[in-house]
Amino acid sequence: MRMHQLKLMAAALIVAAPLTQAAALDAGKSQINFTMKQLNVPVNGSFKKFSGNVVLDLKKPEAGKADITIDTASISLPTAEAVGEAKKADWFNVAKFPTARFVSSSIKPLGGGKLQVAGKLTIKGNTRDVTAPFTARQEGGLTVVEGVLPVSRLAYKIGEGDWADTGTVADEVQIKFKVAIPASK
Amino acid sequence: MKPTERYAPPAILLHWLIAGLIIATFIWGLVVSDMPLSPAKFKYIAWHKWAGISVLTLVAVRLVVRLLKQPPALPAHMGNMERLLAHGGHIALYLLMFAVPLTGWLMSSAYGFPVVLFKLVQLPDLVAQNEQLAATLKTVHETLNWIMAACVVGHVLAAVKHHVVDKDGMLFRMSLRGPRQ
Repeated sequence: MRMHQLKLMAAALIVAAPLTQAAALDAGKSQINFTMKQLNVPVNGSFKKFSGNVVLDLKKPEAGKADITIDTASISLPTAEAVGEAKKADWFNVAKFPTARFVSSSIKPLGGGKLQVAGKLTIKGNTRDVTAPFTARQEGGLTVVEGVLPVSRLAYKIGEGDWADTGTVADEVQIKFKVAIPASK
Repeated sequence: MKPTERYAPPAILLHWLIAGLIIATFIWGLVVSDMPLSPAKFKYIAWHKWAGISVLTLVAVRLVVRLLKQPPALPAHMGNMERLLAHGGHIALYLLMFAVPLTGWLMSSAYGFPVVLFKLVQLPDLVAQNEQLAATLKTVHETLNWIMAACVVGHVLAAVKHHVVDKDGMLFRMSLRGPRQ
């Protein structure tokens, strides 16, 4: 049984690796933070657990792609009370939607070291097209990608019921991402 | 009652403005701290913070006025013990009027919910975010509030005693209208 599983996994790896050539992101050196505003008070949070595969050759960025999955229950906010609230049905509903996912559709260079990624972001079962400018640099054997993705929380039904009031919690949320992957040779 | 025996008009105005704000902000804080998390709570906490920072600012102005304009002398009938109590009480009130809003500001910083005065001006964080420290500061803020409440009650009782028992007309020193002719 166990042996069988191992063989299957090995076979899957052998098949998958040459197909995607994607590198798993370095979770320890990557960050997904966000800032929301309530009555103009900036409140910072982050997702502590996420994984994914990213391909980015700075010589031909157009061929790059990203597929990142976030564990919504790993949300971190200033207080334990806020974390508890964020996991509830009105917010991320982590019981029903344990993951959020971003899948890129295109990457293009903007010049001056800047690039732009477009793709589909799915949160709480809602998928929306998003684009974000980002920068990429080589750093000690890693390619480090950093950018800011502004999203509308209401487009994903994050904060329903009373919380939909944007007079208290603003609709726009800034997602700040830093993704590190092993540099392509 | 000669007009010269009254506090300076800015001091009188600030006294009542600050008194009203402190009482309202104190009660507001009690109400808000028991509320479950909701958009209304966010709003009410913001108002509480704005009121607290307003008190802090007005108290700073009041202190300057007090240092520039000597308050009228205490009535001659007061003994040494009474004078000591009066001065001690006033010093305690001034210290608390600074300490209470400051600990509120400190705990906001520690919680990671900075103060944005009137939705316009973000005040600098006094300490780095730290939930443990925030909880301690919350206790300190609450304790200082209760001490201040006790001092305010003492302050009011002393004023009533001057008015009713001593009948020395002391209330008029701080009255908005002055003594009736």
